[in-house]
Amino acid sequence: MRTHWQILVVDDEEVMCESLAAWLREDGYVVDTASSGRDAVEKARLRDYAIYFVDLKMPGGMDGIETMMQVRNLHPEASIIIITAYATVDTAITAMKEGAQEYIVKPCNPEEISLLVNRIIKVKNLQRENTILRKKLTRQYSVHDVVSKNPRMQEIMGLCSEIASLRSTVLIQGESGTGKELVARAIHNAGDRASKPFVAVSCAALAETLLESELFGHEKGSFTGANQQKRGKFEMADTGTIFLDEIGDISPKLQVDLLRVLQDRTFYRVGGSEEVKVDVRVVAATHVNLQQAVAEGKFRDDLYYRLNVIEIRIPPLRARREDIPLLADHFVERLSHELGKDVSEVSEGALRLLLDHNWPGNVRELENAVERAMVTCRGSVLTESDFAFLAQTSPPAATWAVPAGMTMQDMEKVLISTTLQRTQGNIKEAASVLGIDRSTLYEKIKKYEIPR
Amino acid sequence: MKYLYVAATEEVEREALAAVTGRVAAEFAYPVRNLELGSVDFAFDAERRQYGSIPVLGMLLRGCPPDAAKVLAVTERDLFIPVLTFVFGQAQLGGRVGVVSFARLRQEFYGLPANREIFLVRAYKEALHETGHLFGLVHCAERTCAMSLATTVRQIDLKDDAFCAACGARWRRHSEGVQV
Repeated sequence: MRTHWQILVVDDEEVMCESLAAWLREDGYVVDTASSGRDAVEKARLRDYAIYFVDLKMPGGMDGIETMMQVRNLHPEASIIIITAYATVDTAITAMKEGAQEYIVKPCNPEEISLLVNRIIKVKNLQRENTILRKKLTRQYSVHDVVSKNPRMQEIMGLCSEIASLRSTVLIQGESGTGKELVARAIHNAGDRASKPFVAVSCAALAETLLESELFGHEKGSFTGANQQKRGKFEMADTGTIFLDEIGDISPKLQVDLLRVLQDRTFYRVGGSEEVKVDVRVVAATHVNLQQAVAEGKFRDDLYYRLNVIEIRIPPLRARREDIPLLADHFVERLSHELGKDVSEVSEGALRLLLDHNWPGNVRELENAVERAMVTCRGSVLTESDFAFLAQTSPPAATWAVPAGMTMQDMEKVLISTTLQRTQGNIKEAASVLGIDRSTLYEKIKKYEIPR
Repeated sequence: MKYLYVAATEEVEREALAAVTGRVAAEFAYPVRNLELGSVDFAFDAERRQYGSIPVLGMLLRGCPPDAAKVLAVTERDLFIPVLTFVFGQAQLGGRVGVVSFARLRQEFYGLPANREIFLVRAYKEALHETGHLFGLVHCAERTCAMSLATTVRQIDLKDDAFCAACGARWRRHSEGVQV
């Protein structure tokens, strides 16, 4: 990962400058040169170099110390190495006092420069890694870190900030891979409960009885294998947030139990008789259309209304294609560090390919595609050929045959229902897709009694 | 057809040149030719009592045969660049010309008894290293790879006389015209 670090060599003697630059380039660094202090400061304004090799004695009214001071004003973190052919104790002391990281006398041993550069770069790598890890720990799910310039996503993130400190239940709807948990964590981290537990439960992953025990805990001996009392996820999330993913998949019995918890924040452990009271904020998420599930009698309407106090619908990636380049760059930057690959950008051709793809798996699929491309790519730029697998994984375009005897009205009803499902009930978006105005769409929804 | 030239200054013993040429020819896919060079006295720095590698590279560039893809020169003269006390060699990264100095590869330089076998192995490793730079390879973090940076003969001795798998793959991609 050396090429990430750039070095500036500053010396009025061209041969000195170029020979050191060439030697450092052989080590894999990107090296620029400057022939005077002023030239160096100009270049430092344009680019943040990791290391500056600065000759002490330079003509033109700006010597190495003055150059160093001006560079440090621009980049306080810069590592500056003063080079001189005329070593005196005084100049060395002055250089170090003014903030030089090292002071070397030319000609110096190649091993000395090599060790020096390696040591500085090692520290810089550690500092950067530390910054990334800290960010990961504290801000990974921050509202400000959601990568999007889509107006609807901006609205959603604005809403997250506003509701973060409330205890109201939130229902997040969106297709798989749109980042429902990311939004749930963003809400948790932006509010008063940020330092309290965030407990995520996938309701689809467990059978009914296991899920019941998982959510509410159980008493010793309540069922075979219950050798001791166990706290459930609601208790673990006390004072914090519980994130109930795939809430649309829970059984009717659990729907009743959950309704009770949402109503008075109390429940009984499985096999227990003691009421447990918790202070938990509930954020639920689902990829199914809950409104439709209610209409079909598969989901309790009273639970739906309890959950749907604040509703967030995350648009699928294909409805916010303007985010694809942003997200691709974001993943390249993050993964280049995680995978230790020297990849810096996505070519225009590859971006066109990404923009044309339908992304049924949404942002998660895009992230996986970028990772797969980075693992196999050879250069520093991801090209179309690195994403060739997308063409193979795209499902073939579905063919649709008009059923015999279908009327124009039947067709219109199917078209509106399907579009509403795709936009997850968003009228404005559905009207835009259908090419009609909102009032017309409302009329047709009413006319055909289409559930939203 | 383009050739990889292995050139030698006048004082280089022909047997050493032949050994290095043979190993370079075996390692790289290019057809290899030899080139006789004159003296490099013009690059002598009286104050340092060494020879500047930059003027030597300049001479090589000026005298580059038209059918040369790359020219790697070998010399017995002790080379330096202004900021460093010495260099074992220098090459244009991804360029046409490079040079290796045999001076510090010999045991005699360190006051030890001559050892021809050790010298030839070091000479070949450094020739491979500088030729790697000519093909765009940068220093490798793998200490046993021929492309790892060596600033002492001990470090040269610890290297293998071959590229590691990653550098080998990079070199093959470069020779296929892919940017490494």
